[in-house]
This record gives sequence, C-alpha cells and structure tokens, in this order.
Amino acid sequence: MENSTIRIVLAKLGLDGHDRGIKVVARILRDAGMEVIYLGIRQTTDDIIAAIEQEDADAIGLSMHNAGHLTLAPALLAALEKAGLTTPVIIGGIIPDQDVAQLTTDGVAAVLGPGAPAEEVVAAVRQAVNQ
Amino acid sequence: MTTPQQGWEEAYQNLPLRQEDFETMSGVPVDPVYGEAPFPGQFPYTRGLHAGGYRSRLWTMRMFAGFGTAQDTNQRFKELLAHGGTGLSTAFDMPTLMGRDSDSSWALGEVGRAGVAIDTLADMEDLFADIDLSEVSTSMTINGPAAILLAMYIVVAEKNGVASNQLAGTIQNDILKEYQAQKEYIYPPRPSMRIVTDMVNYTTQHLPRWHPISISGYHIREAGSTAAQELAFTLANGFAYVEAALAQGQDINEFGRRLSFFFNSHIDFFEEVGKLRAARRIWARWMQDRYGATDQRAMMCRFHTQTAGVSLTANQPEINIARVALQALAGVLGGTQSLHTDSFDEALALPTEKAARIALRTQQIIAHETGAANVADPLGGSPYVEWMTDEMERQAEEIFTYLDDLGNGSMLEGVYAGIENGYFVGQIADSAYRFEREVNAGRRTIVGVNAFTEGNQDDNPHLMRIEDETETAQRQRLTNIKTRRNAQQVNEALQKVTDTAADPACNLMPSILDAVRVYATVEEISQAMEKEFGTYVEQAIV
Repeated sequence: MENSTIRIVLAKLGLDGHDRGIKVVARILRDAGMEVIYLGIRQTTDDIIAAIEQEDADAIGLSMHNAGHLTLAPALLAALEKAGLTTPVIIGGIIPDQDVAQLTTDGVAAVLGPGAPAEEVVAAVRQAVNQ
Repeated sequence: MTTPQQGWEEAYQNLPLRQEDFETMSGVPVDPVYGEAPFPGQFPYTRGLHAGGYRSRLWTMRMFAGFGTAQDTNQRFKELLAHGGTGLSTAFDMPTLMGRDSDSSWALGEVGRAGVAIDTLADMEDLFADIDLSEVSTSMTINGPAAILLAMYIVVAEKNGVASNQLAGTIQNDILKEYQAQKEYIYPPRPSMRIVTDMVNYTTQHLPRWHPISISGYHIREAGSTAAQELAFTLANGFAYVEAALAQGQDINEFGRRLSFFFNSHIDFFEEVGKLRAARRIWARWMQDRYGATDQRAMMCRFHTQTAGVSLTANQPEINIARVALQALAGVLGGTQSLHTDSFDEALALPTEKAARIALRTQQIIAHETGAANVADPLGGSPYVEWMTDEMERQAEEIFTYLDDLGNGSMLEGVYAGIENGYFVGQIADSAYRFEREVNAGRRTIVGVNAFTEGNQDDNPHLMRIEDETETAQRQRLTNIKTRRNAQQVNEALQKVTDTAADPACNLMPSILDAVRVYATVEEISQAMEKEFGTYVEQAIV
C-alpha cells in the first residue's frame, strides 16, 4: 500500500450533525495525497458499507461528537464483518480516554481526539491501512 | 430640545437600582457611565440597551442543561435554580432535535446522550415538574421541531393552570442557520420558514412575553466562521426573518421587539466585545432605516451569549475554567442580556454537575466581585474598542451587500440563494480549515495543545456518563404511552396537522397543539408535516 494512493471514506454515522472536524480532516487527508470520499452527515451503516464496496476504499473515518460511540462504532464493525469486509475504521471526535481501550478491543484501528495535529491524523490512517 | 445627556439622565433616574451605591472595592464611588453620547439606552445602542447597564438588573445566568430522561434533567434544573440560576435552558437529545422518537432506528445510541429525550407531552410534564412556569423563564434550544416543543410547553403550562400569556422564554427556532452550520433541519428552507413565521404570528397573539426566534450566530462560529462572518450571517438571517414576517403582513413594531439573538463569545477578547457592540448598532440601523421600525424596542438587538465550546481543550481540561472566565467577561463587557458559561470538561463529555456549578460560579464572580457590572459599557470610548466595533460593522456590511445582490434586493432571497449555492457552508469550512492550518503550523498558540503541554498526561477528571439503561427505559416509557392513548384521536389530530400544512393561509400552531394534547409523539407530528413539506438533504461538499 505504501506507494498506491489511499482511498478513504469519511462519514458521520447517525443523527450527529457536528461536521466541522470531519471536513477539516477531509482536507488534511486530501492535502496529504489521499483520495477522500466524503459521504456527509446522517449516514447509516448500510450507506457506509455500500460506499466502501463501490469505492473500493482502504479505510473508513468516522467522526462522533454525540457520546453514542460505544453503540454506533460496534454497530458499524458488526455490519462490516457481516459484509465480509476488513476495512480498518478510524474514529475521531469527543471520545473519553476511558472508552478508547474499549473501542480498540472492539476492533477500531485508531481513535483521534480533539486537537490531534494533522501529522497524527495522516499517520494514523497510513498505519491503519498498512497493518 | 432635550440633549442626549439630559435624555440619558432622565432615563437613568427612573430606574430601580439593584444597590444604593456603586463604588470600587477601595471605596471610590463610580458614575453609571463615562464618555460621550450616544449613551447606553440610546439609538443605535452601541453602548448597550439600557441606560443603567447592569445597575438595575444583572444579566440572566442561564445555564444550558439537559441529559438522560426528563426526570434526570428536571433534577438538574431544580439544582441550578437552587444554586442561584435565574432562568432555565433546555438541551434536547439528538433524536428530539431531529424530530425522531426514542424508538426510531435513527435514535440508536443517541437517546438522552447529548440532551434530554422528549417523545410526548408526558416527558415534557416530567421535565417541568414542580417548577412554576409563571415564575421562571425558559429557553428551549430546538429548531426543526420547534413548533411541537413549544406546543408541549404551552400545554404543560395549561395543565398547571398557567395561561399562555404568562409564559416567558425563548425558543431558538432559527432554522436558517441549520442549513448553514448546525445541520439540524428536517424540511427544505421555504416550508421551514412558513413554520417559523406561523410561530412568530401565534406568539405575537397568544404569548406576548415569548421570544419566538433566537437568531443564532453561536453555531455558525462553532462550525468555524470568523467573528465578522458570525456577526454578518446571523444578522442577515435576522433580516430574512423580518422580510418573511413583513411579507405575511405582520407589524414590524409588534414582532420586532420580540426577536432575540444568540452570539458566541470566543477567546479573542476585544474582537468579541467589538462584535457584540457592532451587532446592536447594525441591527438598530437596519430595523429603522431599511425596514421602517418606529418603536425603539423593535430596534434593540437583545442577545444571549455562550462561551465558545470549540475553544475548550481536551488537554489539561482544568485550564478551560480560565478560558471560560475571560470569554464570559467579554460577553458581559459586550452588554449581553443573558449568559451561559461552558463547563471545563465539555471537550471530553457532557458536563458533570460540579463542572456546571464552577461555570455558574464564574459568572457570579464577574457579577458580584469584579465590579464589571457597575458601569455601563466600561470599554466604550477606548480607541481600540471603538475601532474594532467599526471594523466588525464594516466587514459585516460587505457581506450584506453580497447577499443583497445575490437576492436582487431581498435579503431573504439572498440567504436562500446562499444556502442553495453552498456560500455559507463553504465560507465557514474555509475559515475553519485556515484556523486549523495556522494552529498546525504553530502560527497560533493554543495552550496545552501546541504549547505548554506539561501536564497533558495528568489523569482526566471524573466524567459524566449516560448509561444504556436510559435508552431502554425511555423506549419502554414511550411504548407504555402509545398503548394508553386513544389511537383514533391521535390519527385524526395528525391528519389535521397534514391538512393544515397543505394550506399556507392556515396557522400550523393550533393543529399541533391539538396533536400534542392527545399525546401524539414528536416524530408523528413531525412526519405529519413532512408528508406535505418533504425533507432536506444536504449536498456533501468539503
């Protein structure tokens, strides 16, 4: 994967409309040479799975600001598994430290908190894709 | 001919004052105001709406709260009132904000998480249990389903023997900024505006003490705009609501005096003070010159302020207390009518009770210890602050010219066009990205994030958690209510809502009130309107 362009699907899952962070991340990843497919807000797990298959994406970035991450992230992971996909999931947003371990155990590749610098965001995606 | 000085003196002498003498902590007596005319309370109100500033009445300390079930939030409300809070402000959970019930598949994981879950009138009855609605003023932050929640509030009061005309408060109901920033819309912009104008009309007739719209820049700023964009987009939305109400034949002097605003108070202190002063001046001028208001009260830009949630850091969260204090002071020196101070733990989770109490105490320190409330517009006359006020106005006027041209001389059409062509979301995203790049490049210092990071590894404070049981319990409660109510009454009431939605000459509020009375749910009523209005889907652009 090192030399090919990373294709990443970015989405907001569920009703949460806080899209400032994910739009900034979309531009950061695009500036880092990745192909960004931004689905927008109010996406369902089905919407995301369809986009991954259609776009042959290497990674999924979810942004979560509504404290629903411990329900919604596992729901997406289960949907991925059901669809036979191993696409890594990276989560950004308001995630308390205590929940990071739980999400990682569940199978989330990386969790990025508020204020994560651009390099960290890019590195987390690269690492998740190359693992 | 009365001079401005005489006019001010007369106004000030008639005011009840909250204490007899105002002096510094060292015993130096201070005047109510310093500097030149126009004085506070005089057009164009740059120096404040009231002749005495905060001498007769402090700002309302209105703390935004809401989480879990209605009973949970009712407890927090009672605590805030017991601790000296003087108004209520309700945060609803995401499903409620989007017009969905707790048993919707969309609600999964979001019930009661970021606010209180309201499905039916029964929840609203619990939310305000043991609170005298004729005494308290209540703010409700809701937009897409605002008409439904207002109807619920009216019916709860009615059941407690409180007449509509006694109700005081504000409902956010600012749908335009939803398409621009907060994204909690349901229907497309034009039918949404119909709902807003119906509510303005209804409250003018039945709830004279109610503010039917809080035109909000807060979310525009949080989404990443600059201070001047926040100011300009917000006031432009205000002009759009005025034009929509005028087009319905409403009287500007009647509805104009019940419009209110909501601004952000961010971290660049003097820019914020200038922005708030400019907001009052611009609004007064436009209401008088462009829209022909003659009642002074209809020219007054009265606003709520909240400190900037987005400025809070997850690193070293306790230092957010200092950020909030400075932002709150800017809001007070900018002359706000009410204020919410953010809790220091908000970059991590919903506020704990202790963090919310510290935030309220911060306001009380400003009000009662600093002396900042003793002199009206204490920064007025400062060359820098006056220049900043002018500069904010100049930048805002440039944006108004753009929107006015876009709408061929109509601000309402200009705002619609700016929503449709992605102008607002594009400008906001550009500003957010520019800021992020500057932080990332180290051109902007954020303490604890890209500088002064010693202490970032400290343990996090105790955080508020909403357990999954809340969701289960709320769903069960909804099921019980659906079983107990009269299904035929509900269906008839919902059909009436759809029929009313189809007739633009008919005000929607009475049919919504009837649907609420028979325990129709937020989602049912919302969808009854959706049948006629359709839904809005944003084009995803970055």
